[in-house]
This record gives sequence, structure tokens and C-alpha cells, in this order.
Amino acid sequence: MFQGLAAQRLVALFFAGWALFNFPLLALWDHDARVFGLPLFPLALFVVWALLIAALAWVVERDTDATATD
Amino acid sequence: MLSAPLVIGVSFAYLLLLFAVAHWADLRAAQGRSVIASPWVYALSLAVYCTAWTYFGSVGRAATSGVWFLPTYLGPMLAMILAWMVVRKMIRIAKTWRITSIADFIASRYGKSPLLAGLVTLITVVGIVPYIALQLKAIASGYAVLTSPLGQPAVQSAQWWTDSTLYLAIALAGFTIVFGARHLDSTERHEGMVAAIAFESVVKLMAFLAIGLFVSFGLFGNPARLFDQALAVDELRRLLQFGQGQPFAYAQWLGHTLLAMLSVIFLPRQFQMMVVENVDERHLRRAVWAFPLYLLLINLFVLPIAMGGLLHFGPGQMDPETFVLSLPLSQGHHALALFAFVGGLSAATGMVIVEAIAVSTMVCNDLVMPLLLRMHRFGARASGDLTTLLLTIRRLAILGILLLGYLYFHLAGEAYALVSIGLISFAAVAQFAPAMLGGMYWKGGTQGGALTGLLLGFGFWAYTLMLPSLAKSGWLPGDFLVHGLWGLDWLKPEAFLGLAGLDNITHSLFWSLLANLVGYVGVSLWRPPSARETSQALLFVDVFHRASGSRPVFWQGKAQVSALLPLAGRFLGVETARRLFNEYAQSVGVGHIDQIPADARLVHFVETQLAGAIGSASARVMVASVVEEEALNLDDVMRILDEASQLRAYSHALEDKSRSLERATNELREANEKLKSLDRLKDDFMSSVTHELRTPLTSIRALSELMRDDDQMDLAQRQQFLGIIVAEAERLSRLVNQVLDMAKIEAGHAEWHNTEVDMRELLEQAAGSMGETYRERGVALELRLPASVAPLWADHDRITQVVLNLLSNAAKYAPRDSGRVVMSLRPVERGVEVEVQDNGPGIALDQQTMVFEKFRQVSGDEHYRPGGTGLGLPISRQIVEHFGGRMWLQSSPGQGARFGFFLPHTDPARETGSDPMAAHGAGINLTGAQA
Repeated sequence: MFQGLAAQRLVALFFAGWALFNFPLLALWDHDARVFGLPLFPLALFVVWALLIAALAWVVERDTDATATD
Repeated sequence: MLSAPLVIGVSFAYLLLLFAVAHWADLRAAQGRSVIASPWVYALSLAVYCTAWTYFGSVGRAATSGVWFLPTYLGPMLAMILAWMVVRKMIRIAKTWRITSIADFIASRYGKSPLLAGLVTLITVVGIVPYIALQLKAIASGYAVLTSPLGQPAVQSAQWWTDSTLYLAIALAGFTIVFGARHLDSTERHEGMVAAIAFESVVKLMAFLAIGLFVSFGLFGNPARLFDQALAVDELRRLLQFGQGQPFAYAQWLGHTLLAMLSVIFLPRQFQMMVVENVDERHLRRAVWAFPLYLLLINLFVLPIAMGGLLHFGPGQMDPETFVLSLPLSQGHHALALFAFVGGLSAATGMVIVEAIAVSTMVCNDLVMPLLLRMHRFGARASGDLTTLLLTIRRLAILGILLLGYLYFHLAGEAYALVSIGLISFAAVAQFAPAMLGGMYWKGGTQGGALTGLLLGFGFWAYTLMLPSLAKSGWLPGDFLVHGLWGLDWLKPEAFLGLAGLDNITHSLFWSLLANLVGYVGVSLWRPPSARETSQALLFVDVFHRASGSRPVFWQGKAQVSALLPLAGRFLGVETARRLFNEYAQSVGVGHIDQIPADARLVHFVETQLAGAIGSASARVMVASVVEEEALNLDDVMRILDEASQLRAYSHALEDKSRSLERATNELREANEKLKSLDRLKDDFMSSVTHELRTPLTSIRALSELMRDDDQMDLAQRQQFLGIIVAEAERLSRLVNQVLDMAKIEAGHAEWHNTEVDMRELLEQAAGSMGETYRERGVALELRLPASVAPLWADHDRITQVVLNLLSNAAKYAPRDSGRVVMSLRPVERGVEVEVQDNGPGIALDQQTMVFEKFRQVSGDEHYRPGGTGLGLPISRQIVEHFGGRMWLQSSPGQGARFGFFLPHTDPARETGSDPMAAHGAGINLTGAQA
């Protein structure tokens, strides 16, 4: 089920996402700071989120034989 | 404020537009040009996840607790990362066994248990009703904000029959029926509805982004300035931080993320869209990232809108859940406010339509049908077409669900924020996770385990979340909230066993999932699974491991086509059933329905078809009632599985064998072709050689005979003839030598005496030895040599042979007396290049490749020269290639020909023992030809 390079990448990405969206990595952003005038914490969440989407798109779209790996 | 008829008119016009989209999609599907056969449409249809909760509720949530609206969307992000494995497996299982709902999925996995199907349906209905109420509430309050003066609460009708929300619920029910229950489809797929939902997803996103841009840029100039102002207010500054002083903030964050992660897969409408309506597994590849991207976009402006609203109206002045409408209204942008309302309407109606269709399928197949089929009138022995009945049940179920939603809205809706209501529903459907995921990956889960887990989970959910919500709305005495049930302190619903500090959602999720999981695993491990459970577990868990042809069929007994066909007809319609049986007959290779072998595979086929229409549990009961079954025990299951595996192994082996046979055949055919062409080449060669030998022999013989017969021939004549004879004999021996030479080189028997060769010296020597010939013909030979070149490791005599051959060819082709030949030497990377350019007639492009073929100049060459043998160039090329070089010709008619070759500086150490045939496999073995 979780064999194949793409599947392993997805599992790794899942754990990365899980770690990034939880304590303690999440606490790194919890400061009263602003970037480009925007509050750091929400901005960081959206940026991490966008990066995860990009990574996910990269993994699934480049792996054309993923149907073979289950 | 807008006029009520305008808002109602626009709303209805929008719903009609939706219907037009759906109708158009249905038409296209009928023409075979489906609009939903696109990964983008599939991804957009998944965005039915974003309901009025997202549209109105997120802003409300953000205005009271900042970034805490986000876990609901981060969860799906994480879930989608694994969707390519998990959801794809669900799709494969559902498609293989014609599963059309979550209830059916769970029931089917655990031995097609009607009890389990009913329980899951019940949990779904109870859990989802608040969620439907949420949508009704959102539309109702949105409508109220639009049509009443800003800042004033809308007047609620005192009597239920004048409440517009009731009529809204009924209208939506009608609309849903038109969308989803017009006719019966055994796969439960609704092309038009999917297209309409995808369209709605676009509308709601556009509308929300429009409001976001309006608030961020129109109202406040830019987002940075908005946050400047927000951070200046202490209350708002606090909102932009994470914990906001709550204990266990991170645990709650995790809890909410997990909750959303499970919900995005197990909500009935998500299952419907993601699994049941999926037309192609590969669409998931795009959707897994496009859907989270959609979620990100629709959440981008939630915080700015919430902050903007709080700044604009002041905290506590206006319901934050309606900021999306009230902000544009307060600035007099009525059209924008109306557009925002249409967006919210999209979000709400989309959810209601899909959810009601999904739940009505469950209610019909997994709750009502099993009960009806127990009754004598409808049961197995009865006859009559039941398709109309099925449709009626579904339509009534849709109406019932919406009315229940209205009831909940009426009773409890006012006390709760949208998000809180939604989270209650999420926590209910999260209870399906252990049974579903466990069932897909663990063969040991049993019906008892699933039942226990679900009951415990549902019980805890109801006690810790549902009942408190009713109590807080005043419909239950609230005593037990404060003091615990029966005054027992440790039974307090929102602090079970004294666990305090968590918010009620995380608290409830923790206890219910824990109890669910413990019940599921514990009871599953209590006793070994039965035969039926094992067989279904094998089919589900190993769904990817078996091709459709080699799936085991776990059934034994006696059946008759004459009993199965009418049964299918009752539930699928007579014509559909007949068509399906005909298709089946073709697939098993018989001509007529009556000839179908009534074996396990047919029974399985009928049962699967029926499962699509009435659910797997009912289908099982129905099929069992018309065939004579023999009960399976665990040994039978293992035996059938073994047989299937063996069959699979055999068919694999057979496939392998036939593949290798095919490969061998191809190889043989290729070898045969090669042999044939070699044979042809050999024949050509033989005829060329004999032809070449015959020409000089003929002239030798003719001249000799002349001299023999004519005694009177004078001496000068004789001398001339003898000269010709000698020249022809020389040509003959040269030809024989060259043929032998060629054969040796090609066979790899040639001897090579490699030494260091100075090409400059070699070319000068060659030019010197050809000097006489050139002078005789009046052809000028020019040498263009560099001062020095690095020495080569090669056979001096052989290379000289090549150069002489080129020079003599050039001399022959160059015009007499005005001929001009240039020989040049050029050091290049890793070797040297030698070129010989003449000013002869040149060679046409189509002839150029032929000049290197043996005897080519002999046949069909207009510049036929009696002196040549036609082997010079082929031998030269063989020699050059032996040293790892290559030979070429550049020419165009009238421009002369330029022959050239390249020789590398071969490393003497590496060169030893190299076999010319190994390096240049082409060419024929002339030893054979000579023999």
C-alpha cells in the first residue's frame, strides 16, 4: 500500500505537515511580530500551507506511474 | 437594505441557473461528452466541503478567536496528502462492489450486516441534522440582514407557518429531489448535480474573494493598513495570537485538525463526491492539491474581513457571521452585498443538495429497505416492480431530512454559532473512522468490533456533545451539565472523569474516539472473525492485489437464472436487468441469457448489481432468498481463496509463458529476416564477383584465341595483345587479392601490424607513389598538411592502402588535363581527419550511401571505369572502422567529391586484442561466400 517512491514521499510529506502544524514547530511563529505589515502567525500558517500544496502537487503530478504503486 | 422580492427573485433565478447547468451537463453526458470527466471539475466538486459554515461562520469564528477558524481547513490539507493512497483505495473498493454510501461500505466490509448499516445510517442522520440546520440558519439570517435596516435584528415570525425558513427548507427539498432523485441509477451517480456543485464552488469562491478584496483594499486601502489599525486595539491584538490564554491550546488545535481531517473523508457529502461520483481514479491526482489550494484561497481573506468588520462596526455591535453582507451594505454597495448573498446561497444549497442525496440513499438502502423486505408484502417471495417504491422512499427521505434540519434550527439554532453546530456534526461522522480505516487496512476487524466501537463512540458523542447542546438551548434540563448525571460529579458531560480544561469539542472527540477505538479493537480481538467477515475482509484489504478477473467469489450452493433475473428486475427495472444479463452472457461467452451457467460468479454478479440499488446488506438477503446456499465456513473461505490464488498464479504463469513465447517468436523472425538479407547479399556478392572475374577472363581468352588462331599476326600486335593479357591478369589477381582481403577483414582474420604512424609522413609518401599516375593523367595534386601532428597507433601499410585508394579514385574521376585534387590533413579532437577533394563530376545524393557498398560502382554506374574493382572503398572503410574511425563522403553533382576519414589516437594498451567484428557487427562473413 505504501510502497513506491511517490507513496513514501506522500507519507513523509504528511508527517512533515503534521509536525509543521503542531506544537512545538507552530510555537516558533507565535510572536507579536509583523512581516510586510501582516501579523506573523497567520502569515506563517498560510505560507507553510502554500508550500505544502506546492510540494504535494510536485509529488503527485510528476509521478506518472503512481497508479502502479499501491 | 434591499427589498425582499428582489432578494427572493435573485435567489430563485440563481437556483434556476444551477438547474440549467445541471441539465446542460446531463445533456452533454447523454451525448457522450461528459463535462465532469475532468480532474478540475472533480476538484471543484470536492469544495462542497466549504458550506455556509465556511462562508459566514469562519468570519464569525475569526472575530471571536482569531486563527482558530483554520484547523478546519488544515486538517483537509493533511488528509489530502494521504488521499492518493487512502481515498483511491476507497474508490476502488466502492467501484468494485458497487458501494454507494458510507453505511453500505461499513456494512459490506463486516459481512454485509444489516444491523451495522442501520446503525451507521442512524448516526449519520442524527449527526448531520444540525449541519443541515446550520445551512438553513445561514440563509435565513443572511436574508434577514439583507432585507432589514442595518444594525437591527430581524423580526422572527412567531408562528411556524409564517416562518420563511420552513418554506426555504421545503423548496430546497424539492430542488434536491429534482437534482438527485428524478430517476433510479444503480451506481448512484449524478452527472448534472456534480457539474452544478462545481459551478457553485466557483461562484462562492468568487463572491468571497470579491468581499475580501473590497474590505482589504477598498475599505482600508491595503491589508497592512488594516492590520495596523487592528493591532492598535488591544482586544483585536489578542485575537491575532495563538493561545489567547487558554490551557491545552495546542492539544485543542491538534484535536480540531484531526477532526477536520477525518470529516473531509467521512462526511456523507464528501464520500458522495469523492468516492461515489468519481468517474476516474486518476482525477484524484489533480484534486489532492487543487482542493487544498481552493481551501487556502477561500480562507485568505477571512481574517481581514473579520478584523475589518470589528474595526468598522466596533466589537459587539454587529453579528460577525454576517460581516460578509453587512460590510458592503454599510458602504451602500448593494450589488456587492447581493453577490455575497448569492455566494453564501451557493455554499449552503450545495451542501444541502449533496448531503440530502447521500443521506437519503443511506436511509432508503440501509434503514427502510431492510425493514420493508422483512414484511411479507415486499419480501423475497413477493413480486412486482419496486423501482417506483425505491424512488418514493428516497424522495420522502430527502424531505424528511430537510424538515428535521428545520426542526433543529427552530429548536436549538439560535443558541449556537454556525461553527459550533458544524463541529458537532464533524465529531459525529468522525466516529466512522476506526471502522472504515480499520476495515480497509486490517483484516482482523469484526462485525462485533465495529458495532461496539460505533455504539460506544456515538454514545459518548451524544452524551458529551449532543445532549449538552440541547440542554444549552433550553430543551433539556441543564442540571446534568453542572452536577453530572444523577448528581455524580465524574459523569459531567463536559468534564468526563474530571477531565477539564479542554473545549467541549476536543473533550468529546477524545472520549468518543478513544471509546470507539478501544471497543472496535478490543471486541475484534475477542474472537476470530467468521467466514463471511474473513471473506469480505480479504476482498476489501487486498482490493489492489487482484485484477477483476481473478477475484475469489465466496459463495457455494445452487442457483437458477430463472430466479435471479426476475429478482434483479424487481429492483433495477425489467429492461435494465435484461440488458445487464445480456452483457453478462456475452462476457462469459454464451449467446443467450438461458445459457448462462448459474454458478457462484453469476450469483455474485447479481448481488453486486442489486447492492448498487438497495445496499449490500439487503442485496445479500434478497439473493439468499432465491438461491439454495450452503453455509461457508472458514475452511471453505480459505479453500476458495487458495483456488483463486492458484488460478491467479496459473494465469500469471500462462501470461509469462505466452509473453516469452511471443518474445522468442519475434527474435526468431528477426534472425530469419537477417539471415535472408545476408543470404541475398551473399548471392549479390557472388554474382558480382563472378561478373567481375568474367570480364578480364573473357578478354584474356579472346585475345589468347586470336593469337592462337592467327599465325600471321605481327609481333607488334602480339606484343600489344600480350600486354593487355598481362594487365587483365594483374587485374584478376588484384581482384582475387582484394576479395580475400575483404573476407579476412570481415571475418576478423586479417593481420594488423600496428606501429606508431606519422600521418604527415604517410600522406607525403602516398602522394609520392601516386605522382606518376597523376602526371600521366594531367591531374594536379595539392597537399595541405600541418607542420606536425601527433602520431597514431595503427597499421602503416593498411592506412597507406586507404589513402592510395582515395587518391587513385580521385585521379580517375578528375577530368583529364584539367583535374585538380587536394589532399588535406587536419588534427581534430582525439584524432586526425584526412580529406581528398577532387573536381570531378561529383556523386548524386541518392548514390552517396552506395559507394561504400561492395561492387557498387560496377553495377549501374555511369562512370564505369574498367580499372576499378568496386572493392576499394568498402575495404578502406573496413580498415578505418577497424581503428575506431569513420569514413564519409560529401558531394553534390558538378561540385566534385570529397572523401574523408577520421582516425583516433588509439591507445596502444587498449587497442590490443580488439576484434573488428565485435566493434562493427555489420557486414557479411565472406568465408562462407567463398566456400
